[in-house]
This record gives sequence, C-alpha cells and structure tokens, in this order.
Amino acid sequence: MRIIQFREALNEAMSEEMRRDERVFLMGEEVAEYNGAYKVSQGMLDEFGPERVIDTPIAELGFTGIGVGAAMNGLRPIVEFMTFNFAVLAADQIINSAAKMLQMSGGQYGAPIVFRGPNGQAGQLAATHSQSFEAFYAHVPGLKVITPSNPYDAKGLLKAAIRDENPVLFMESERMYGDKGEVPEGEYILPIGKADVTREGPDCTIISFGKIIKLVKNAADELAKEGIKVEVIDLRTIRPLDSETIMNSVKKTNRLVIVEESWPFASISSEISYQVQNQAFDYLDAPIRRLTQSDTSFAFSKSLIKEALPEVKDIMMAVKAAMYLL
Amino acid sequence: MATKTKLPFSKAQYLKWYEDMLLIRRIEEKAGQLYIQQKFGGFCHLYIGQEAVVAGTVSATTKDDKHITAYRDHGHPIAMGIHPKYMMAELFGKSTGMSKGKGGSMHMFSKEVNLLGGHGIVGAQIALGAGIAFAEKYKGTKNVCITSMGDGAVRQGILHETFNMAMNWKLPVVFLIENNNYAMGTSVERTSNVKDLSEIGESYDMPAKSVNGMKVEDVHDAIKWGAEHARAGKGPVLLDVRTYRYKGHSMSDPQKYRTKEEVQSYKEQDPIKMVLETIEQNKLAGQKAIQNIQDRVKAKVEESIQFAEQSEEPSPEELYIDNYVEADYPFIRDNKF
Ligand SMILES: Cc1ncc(C[n+]2csc(CCOP(=O)(O)OP(=O)(O)O)c2C)c(N)n1
Ligand SMILES: [Mg+2]
Repeated sequence: MRIIQFREALNEAMSEEMRRDERVFLMGEEVAEYNGAYKVSQGMLDEFGPERVIDTPIAELGFTGIGVGAAMNGLRPIVEFMTFNFAVLAADQIINSAAKMLQMSGGQYGAPIVFRGPNGQAGQLAATHSQSFEAFYAHVPGLKVITPSNPYDAKGLLKAAIRDENPVLFMESERMYGDKGEVPEGEYILPIGKADVTREGPDCTIISFGKIIKLVKNAADELAKEGIKVEVIDLRTIRPLDSETIMNSVKKTNRLVIVEESWPFASISSEISYQVQNQAFDYLDAPIRRLTQSDTSFAFSKSLIKEALPEVKDIMMAVKAAMYLL
Repeated sequence: MATKTKLPFSKAQYLKWYEDMLLIRRIEEKAGQLYIQQKFGGFCHLYIGQEAVVAGTVSATTKDDKHITAYRDHGHPIAMGIHPKYMMAELFGKSTGMSKGKGGSMHMFSKEVNLLGGHGIVGAQIALGAGIAFAEKYKGTKNVCITSMGDGAVRQGILHETFNMAMNWKLPVVFLIENNNYAMGTSVERTSNVKDLSEIGESYDMPAKSVNGMKVEDVHDAIKWGAEHARAGKGPVLLDVRTYRYKGHSMSDPQKYRTKEEVQSYKEQDPIKMVLETIEQNKLAGQKAIQNIQDRVKAKVEESIQFAEQSEEPSPEELYIDNYVEADYPFIRDNKF
C-alpha cells in the first residue's frame, strides 16, 4: 500500500472534503500563504483560492466565533489552531457557543464545525506551549473529541469529523506530522466513537491514544520478548468513549493499564477507571494502573521533561505490577 | 558628515547604548549558531535588528519602572543590566538560568531588575502590563510599566479591552508595539485596514506616536515622553515603534514572505552602525576605547557560553518545586512507575 505522512493524510482529508462539498472551508493563522505553520495545508491555497483557504490575524477568539457563526448559518468550517494551547483564548466560543448551540436553540441551530491542530507537548516549549486538552474538552457535553495516532486513522477520522453535524475537536501533534504510514488510494471514512484493538493478547489490556501510544507499542514489543502478551486499545475517539470495546477487553484480560500524555487529575484515565470498576468490577484481578504526565506544569529543561513523562520501562513495570509479577 | 551642533545625549550615554546593543547583537548571533548546532532546543526567536528598541527604552526609564514583553525577550535582560550568562544559561535550560531552566527562551524573568517576563501567548502580556501599572497606581508610586508587544499581537481582542480600561482608569502604562512589520509570515497590511498602528490609540483617546525604531535616540525620546505622561497621572500612551528583525521569525522560517532587498534596506540603517557612526564622527571615543568595548563584549559572550555549558541541569525534583507555594503539596505521582 501507499505510504504517506500524517500531514499529507490530513491534507488529503481536507482537500477531498472541500472538493466534494463547497460549504467546507479552512481558516486559521498562516494556513494559506505560508502553507501552514506545520505545512499541513500545503498547496491548498493554490487549489481552492483565498475565499476558501483563509489566513486570519492572531485573533483566536474572534476567528473561532466567526467560524461558529458560519457553521450556524449553513457552512462547514475547519478552524485550524496553530496549537491547541492557543485555543484556550477561543474556549469561550468552543464551550459556550459551539457546544451548546443545538441544545439552547431547541434543535434549530447547530454548529457543524471542526477545530483542529496540534495538541500536547512537543519537546522544550515550556509550560504554556505543552498542554494536552483532551480531558478539558471531553468534559463538555455537546463536543466530540478525536485523537488519531497514525496517518490512516487521521485521514479517515478527519473526513468523518468534517461530515459530522456536531462540533468536533480533532487533536494532532507537531511530533506526528512527519510520521509515515499506509494510507490507501481513494476514499474511506472511519467511524467516530470506535476504538481500535491494535494488538490482541490475553494477559493485560493497555488503553492509550494519540502520540504516546508509540511508547505503548514499544513496551508491548519488549513484553512479548518476555512472554507477556498484552492487548492494546487505541481509543482514537475520546468522546464518545467506546466503552464496549474497553469492557470486552477487560473482561478477557482481567487487568488494565492506561497510558495518557495529559495530567492525571480528572483525566481520561480517571473516567475510564470509573467506568471499568462500575461495569466490570468482578472481572478485575488487580487494581487498574495508569501512567500520565507529571502533575505539574511542563518545564523547559531536558532533565525536567525526562522526569515529567513516563517511559517504556515504566509502562512495562505497570503491566507487570498489574500481573503481580513484581 | 561631522556637525558642530551639540549632541542631544551625553558621551557616556552613546557609549553605553553602543556597548549594550553590541552585546545583545553578538549574544544573539552566538545563540543562533548554538541553536543550529543543537546545543539547546525549543523555540529561538532572535532579537537581531531590534536592539535599539530595548536600549532606548531602558535608558529612558528608571530602575523602579517595570517591564513586560513577549517571547522575543533575549535582549531585555541584557539591556536591563543582567549579565548575559544568566540569559544564556536559561536558553540552555540550566539551573543557573534566569528562570532556573524552567522557562527557556520565551520566559526570561528577573525580579532583580523588574522584568516581569517573557510571555509566550501572543497578546497575554498586554493586560498583564496594565495590571502591573494598576498596582503601581494603587500603591501610590510614580513608577510606570513598559508593556511591549509585537505588531501581530495588536490584533488580539485583549488589546481592545485593556486599552479601554487602561484609559478609563488612567493607568501608568506605556504600550510599546515593537513593529517589525511581520507576525511570522504575515505582514501588518495583510491583517487589517488600519495599517498605521499608531491610529489604534485614537478610538480610546489614547495619545500615540510613530517612532523610528532603528534610531535609539528616537526611541529614548518617545519613551521618555510616554513615561512622563504616565507618571504625571495622565494615563497610558501608545508607541508604534518601527523596527525590523533581520532573521526569520524563529529558526525554522524560510522567509518567502519578504525579499532580500527589503532585509538589506533595513541593514543599511542598522541601529548599532548608526550609533557607532555618531560616536566616531563626533569623536566621543577614540579607536582604542571602541576596541575596548568590542573586546569586553567578546569576553562577555565567551564567558556566557562557557557558563551556560558548564552549569548543571536542574535536578529532577525541581519539577515539583514552584508549582505551588507549598513545599509539601500532595502531587499525584503517576508519571513514573
Ligand atoms: C495566542 C497565540 N496565538 C498564536 C501563537 C503562535 N505565534 C507565536 S509568535 C506569533 C507571531 C507574533 O508576531 P508579532 O506579535 O508581530 O511578534 P514578533 O514575532 O514579530 O516579535 C504567533 C502567531 C502564540 N504564541 N500565541
Ligand atoms: Mg512582528
């Protein structure tokens, strides 16, 4: 199969949807003439012109609100944030306007819009530029949250997000844009809200999502060398959460480790842990373990970054602990 | 063209400007090289070309005045009298850095000289600067806050809210736009119908001026005017200081949005070159004295690099320090097994 980069997969998803639906347009900082701060929209200004690929000033709150308004009035905007850290400035329009419009208007006005861009830490960018916002937005009824981890999923899910009738947050990473993966020629759509069991095994379930799942894969490979066969679930969508896939796996392996790159307090792992103890308590043979980023602001120095993030060996240890092998 | 007219500033002032600006320039050139050699990581937004803005600002303010700026902040601590080795150590993420290696390039802070940051969120410091000024007024001091922002930051909504309140409450703040004409790849004229940024003050009745930011004397005079206005209790002013960055936005910028000729035209009015010419033409210092300045700068740059390279990284436990004031805050520790 054809191999392309993550950024190309996103570009194809947006371009294909813009070709098939005139209502779809892209706007954000540096998306047009600069071809995207991370080159995701490379060539799109040339193909679609400045009416549909639109450079904005640095004005997140304003252009996000303009996007939501356009969505209320029949268009299907894709709003790119240079990173989700800057979407904090636009959180009012995402949370107070987009998420609630359909409900507040008694179903008359919805906001079919995609908010996308890189999310999470990307090395030495310090506290304000290194945050993971999955839990922050997943907390809000009315929003959907997607966190692809590879080019294939990214393309199929972004197309689904653009066609979805609800506001969707689509979270990428600067550190994934260059990743390569198999993506078929031609169109396909992946369902929102469906997790992917990327590896099957009887011994322990590991749930993860987004770019940190690469560490999980490495840990699973290392554990396999020691005879431990884990099952890996890539959530792909955070909200709605695919509880069915999670429960089925936990009922099979009886053990669960969750790995996420965001902060621990009130996080995705907190929610999953609640649901699992509530729905599969009798199947659990050990306490649920998790690995998250440190419960601190992200610091600049390399030594502090190393301390803040879980590593492959930590994931391996957590699995062994869940299997009472330590 | 040596003129007989009396110079508006003292010999000492010209020499200090020259030395400070040269030090910033040389430190930044080195920082750029070291970044390319991957001696440090993260973003690296160089100040090269804009030196006159901070040099003229610092010379026109007092030690008790406050300063706050965006992430293009390597020059500020140096002009404000911090030895560049502490700035360099911060770039390297070392424990001896200005923010203990926790903030990096975008977050230079120094309580010692009243530099309240380096801020990475475009526009955030516009309101913070007004708040700092609010506190000065509240406490009844005569200090002002110089609040710097880029031309790109001017389009953030927070500017509108802040300008309105700062005027309403007559806060002692000088809003300084370091207008280098680009926000990443976007020029000022592509972002608004209002291309003359000093006009922005009008709708708030805020006095405003455009300033040649390549001339340190002009920057000094404008800041002096603004600071006196604010000190006198008359409220904020807006300065649109026209400057230029010679390098890319950060280190990974192909710069297709501007021409080589444009960059060259600004290099011809280089702020450091102009001050040196004034010094030479007016015989404010002989070749030997100028050479001494250059040697001192060179030595400081070398000392800074050595200091940064030889300093220690912060210890892992530093991650948990300074998040809360309490030393015994009960962190969740699920990041390591
Ligand atoms: C709220 C926010 N949006 C976007 C960014 C990304 N960003 C960093 S610098 C920059 C351009 C700012 O340009 P300007 O204000 O002119 O400052 P200059 O770089 O020229 O000093 C952008 C868009 C950010 N840091 N914060
Ligand atoms: Mg600028």
